[in-house]
Amino acid sequence: MGKTEEILNQFHQVSRDVLIPMLQAVQDECGYLSEEAIEKIGSHLSLPASKIYGLATFYNQFRFAPTGKFHIQVCNGSACHLDHSISILKELFKHLGIRDGETTRDGMFSLEVLACIGACGQSPVIAINGVYYPKVKAGMIKDILEITKLKSS
Amino acid sequence: MVNKTQIRIALRNCGLINPERIEEYISEKGYMALGKVLTEMSQEEAVNIIIDSGLRGRGGAGFPTGIKWDYARKSVSDQKYVVCNADEGDPGAFMDRSILEGDPHSVLEAMAICGYCIGADKGLVYIRAEYPLAIERLNIAITQAREFGLLGDDIMGSGFSFDIEIRYGAGAFVCGEETALIHSMEGERGEPSLKPPFPAESGYLGKPTNVNNVETLANIPVIYLKGADWFSGIGTEKSKGTKVFALAGKVNNVGLIEVPMGTTLREVIYEIGGGIREGKKFKAVQTGGPSGGCLTEKHLDTPIDYDNLIANGSMMGSGGMIVMDEDNCMVSIAKFYLDFTVEESCGKCAPCRIGNKRLNELLGRICEGKGTEADLDRLRNLGEVIKDTSLCGLGQSSPNPVLSTLDNFYDEYISHVRDKKCPSGVCKDLMEYFIIEENCVGCTACARACPVGAITGERKEPHLINPEICIMCGACMEKCKFDAVILK
Repeated sequence: MGKTEEILNQFHQVSRDVLIPMLQAVQDECGYLSEEAIEKIGSHLSLPASKIYGLATFYNQFRFAPTGKFHIQVCNGSACHLDHSISILKELFKHLGIRDGETTRDGMFSLEVLACIGACGQSPVIAINGVYYPKVKAGMIKDILEITKLKSS
Repeated sequence: MVNKTQIRIALRNCGLINPERIEEYISEKGYMALGKVLTEMSQEEAVNIIIDSGLRGRGGAGFPTGIKWDYARKSVSDQKYVVCNADEGDPGAFMDRSILEGDPHSVLEAMAICGYCIGADKGLVYIRAEYPLAIERLNIAITQAREFGLLGDDIMGSGFSFDIEIRYGAGAFVCGEETALIHSMEGERGEPSLKPPFPAESGYLGKPTNVNNVETLANIPVIYLKGADWFSGIGTEKSKGTKVFALAGKVNNVGLIEVPMGTTLREVIYEIGGGIREGKKFKAVQTGGPSGGCLTEKHLDTPIDYDNLIANGSMMGSGGMIVMDEDNCMVSIAKFYLDFTVEESCGKCAPCRIGNKRLNELLGRICEGKGTEADLDRLRNLGEVIKDTSLCGLGQSSPNPVLSTLDNFYDEYISHVRDKKCPSGVCKDLMEYFIIEENCVGCTACARACPVGAITGERKEPHLINPEICIMCGACMEKCKFDAVILK
């Protein structure tokens, strides 16, 4: 039995209102929602895949491609925006060679821009795999990436 | 930040008790309000206390909480629901996260009280999946409350049963709107629907549902302990109690503050916030996030409450307060908020889906120096139409950042469209590279780096950039070792 089936079987209820929790559980486990996983959820809930895509693409949380080993989130909330989060983003573009929503070819880094991660007192903020880096300056990006790379080896 | 102008009601326990130990909450009179309500009051009496307190919803619109509870109480149904809206998607606000992380039991207690008042036995917390710590502490709190018999069957031997479940939001700003939130919990796209029917009649799964924001709920237990009169003695005539603001931006002290309604912006920014960073000049304060507007110096002495903010073209929103200084361009700020709204509009109604997109394009043209004065009139007209005709609160408030900056900073818009200049030096397309004569030693590094030959000058003489030829690549600025090249 595949991972997706195992997750689906943990849900006792089979109705539309468990669809979002199901998608969340599958994404948590697999890192993203594959076509195959969506098909399986669809047949489990007797819903066409188109309906599930219609729902999943509505929400920012769901991804349809795997993220990198290190997922970098750049906050562009009001406070971070005023503190030049854009210059941090540009620096990341430069060093990683990818735009937001993309993953580097070696699968190491992926980049995402968020509307606000709720740490406005520490602006500007970026998060790598959920770990916050407060009061980041564009000049620090190179070092942060180097250190992160070291962690992987 | 300790200051005499601050009163902590919603944040009363945050940072003072260990949120992972229910004993500490109980020692601060926790769950006493629930006990009092369950043993001493009828449903009607309990609801009347909230009505008398004058508490209004802290999520944004400011609807009287007691009235909302009363509607839900009067609805007849075999099943009702209490929903806590913790889907804090407003950029620049983090009070709900702080309350859930610092004092989760106060929210649980309030939900149980609400459940008793309206006759519901099931509560749901709809929380952002991006708040892992808040989710963890909420889970711990729910487990502990069940162990202590404060949630579950027959609470305190009263015969009243209530239990709470957590649902994770999937990240959509519009889900802060209660009907959209309910659709999202039902496993649908989070699109709002027309009210009436209000959720109090037909909400989650078609049953009467009461939706309250985290901060609103955090106020509830204290009101029962200290009385409605005590609560309504704080604040202004129509806005009672306190409000938590997330103070951020260009002030010296950033963070959460809780002040009585009616405190002025000046007190908040200069006394609590400690003034503007680096001694710069105050320019504007943006309240209410993407739904709010920008207030300026002339509003500094206006007492902050729901009605005053709306009268001045802004709104309370969820309480984000972003302070801006002279270096911020108001046109680009308006565009920043519109970018967000365009991204987050659910697309159900045309004014919001198409109108905001068009507003954003107009602002984009103005920032690029392609705007005309007629565009400014178009902005205002379109903004007002969107406000009047959108389906839900998102569209009805989304033009606020544009309309309020047009009202208060018209001169900046004029500089952008007439003089093609950005006075604050933010809009890159309206700026030029420029060589400061005093700093330039004539080393020719910039001229050699320029790919289009826009820089001329003799060796050892100050150089000059021809803006007609310059393609704004920035190579000269990078090469200059004397800080002689600037953007302005």
